Amino acid sequence: MTRYVVRRLLASIPALLGVTLITFLLMHATAGSFLPGLELNPNLRPEDIMRIRQNLGLDDPLPVQYWRWISGLVRGDFGNSILDGRPVITQILDRLPNTLLLTGTAMVLGIGISIPFGVIGASRRGRIDDALTFLSVLGVSLPGFWIGLLLILVFSITFNRIGWPWLPSGGAVSAFGGGDIGDRIAHLILPALVLAFIHLAIWARFTRSSMLEALSQDYVRTARAKGLAERRIVYVHALRNAVLPLVTLLGLEFPGLVGGGAIVEIVFSWPGIGRLALETALKYDFTMVLGLTTFTGILVVVGNLIADVLYAIADPRIRYR
Amino acid sequence: MDVAVGPARATPLTEQPTHARGYWTQSWERLRANRFGMSLGAVLLILTVIAVAAPLITQVVTHYDPATQDLDEVFAPPSAQHWLGADELGRDTFTRLVWGARVSLGVGFLTVALYILIGGSVGLVSGFFRGWVDEALMRFVDMLLAIPTIFLLILITSLLPLRIGPPGQIWFTIQHDALSLTVIIAATVWGRVARLVRGETLAISSREFITAARGVGASDRRIILRHIVPNVLPVMIVTASLGVGQIILTEAALDFIGLGVQPPVASWGNMLLNSQSYLFHSIWLVLWPGLAILLAVLSANIFGNAVRDAFDPRLTS
Repeated sequence: MTRYVVRRLLASIPALLGVTLITFLLMHATAGSFLPGLELNPNLRPEDIMRIRQNLGLDDPLPVQYWRWISGLVRGDFGNSILDGRPVITQILDRLPNTLLLTGTAMVLGIGISIPFGVIGASRRGRIDDALTFLSVLGVSLPGFWIGLLLILVFSITFNRIGWPWLPSGGAVSAFGGGDIGDRIAHLILPALVLAFIHLAIWARFTRSSMLEALSQDYVRTARAKGLAERRIVYVHALRNAVLPLVTLLGLEFPGLVGGGAIVEIVFSWPGIGRLALETALKYDFTMVLGLTTFTGILVVVGNLIADVLYAIADPRIRYR
Repeated sequence: MDVAVGPARATPLTEQPTHARGYWTQSWERLRANRFGMSLGAVLLILTVIAVAAPLITQVVTHYDPATQDLDEVFAPPSAQHWLGADELGRDTFTRLVWGARVSLGVGFLTVALYILIGGSVGLVSGFFRGWVDEALMRFVDMLLAIPTIFLLILITSLLPLRIGPPGQIWFTIQHDALSLTVIIAATVWGRVARLVRGETLAISSREFITAARGVGASDRRIILRHIVPNVLPVMIVTASLGVGQIILTEAALDFIGLGVQPPVASWGNMLLNSQSYLFHSIWLVLWPGLAILLAVLSANIFGNAVRDAFDPRLTS
């Protein structure tokens, strides 16, 4: 097991390096516009601009700059914001818990709903199956940001107007007197639902096909031959094997979740890293956006790694491949 | 009562079509038999026609210009005059939707064409030549796929306008317009196609007819273009058909967060962005653009599914 983890860890190093290389090259390709409008500032002499460039190390050879970039990253130094000079990483870590909370809740919600759906779809076929197929197409076709707006319209604005208990339309806690668990959950419901719904249908369909495969296995026939109850066969024998590949799917879906989460965060003013990326992008804080992009890339590689390891723990066959 | 006159007609024993129907004919027939898929394909076609004919429609049908403001008509609800209402500057929503279709569908189709071209070429080269070329290209694809698309797009679009050219000279500028977005989105999402095409190319390259072609002295170029490309084409078609909806969504999301097509150019995404401030009193401003996106993406996806079912070579056998 340890050997597998170590091997998998080593294998993800090129991907990690690559993420840093791509963001670095993007940063360099745009070095001209890296300091936007400085050359238009009448209070700056050309030598000032030269000095700023020198201080930021923009005139050093590329390999030197790249080395500085990754050696900083290894030490957890993502550079400083060019707007307020605060370290990029502290701002990211400030927001990260919120993103993880949203993504995690959406995942739990999505899995909790999609597995039963997938199982029912596989074991009963027919109507439910067709509905599931259509729902999954609908799920990938719905613009999440629009659904978010509609939910705000119904559950925040309309409910508030007619005097029903309403849900907050944005933020993670109430500005005044918020912060207790009920308040946090109220803020979490809408964004988590939207994010879960986008992925729900895909997962349900995946569970269904995985379940169908499990149901056609020999051990299921054996179980039937033994005269076990169908319920027991489906929910105990087949399901346990069918949910295994779902772990890998979750790993693969992780970038989509983080990315989709970014849009949902923006609609619901959720103070996570997706919203941070947009806020800083609109302020032309390039180092922040770069740091964030690199960070999410690393997050995804690590997420895939964790999914693979979990899979290997759950399914011993994988370890010996 | 009819009386048979003349010799009995020869029974057409040999007129049954004996030639095997080709892959394309078969696929097309399968696609045509899928009523649901075809009808949604028709919806997509109609939307495309609307997009292409937008100037004509505004001239003949609605008589509004998508950018002309009319401050007497601010927030006019849907009526005979403004079928779908008017926005915060009194611009006709229906007219803007029609023009917005140009952005969404234009970017949708062009981006897919472009990323299939990029991803397809990379996949072909990677799968055919193997070795270090393959290794390098695929590692690059791994990295590209690791970064969530939307973050990469936020990063790139926040750097706009980008002036491309040697110092002191500008060849062209990449900015927040539909064409630039097409290039940018295509440049960030081609990785998956490259992977698929590479896998397919690898499988085909090891088949006997490729060895045979090489045996009779065909050049690499000829083998790729005449023997491999036709065989990976189905994979490309299937990917392309499922990609359009996804790209329309991505582009709309980018417009929605304000980093895509900029006003006054109308796009479904930036119409939604404006409308969120008026959620309290002008619901139609939120409703229509979203429905338009949903309709376009849904029809693209359902038609795409039909195309996949019809063209996927793995389902043929």
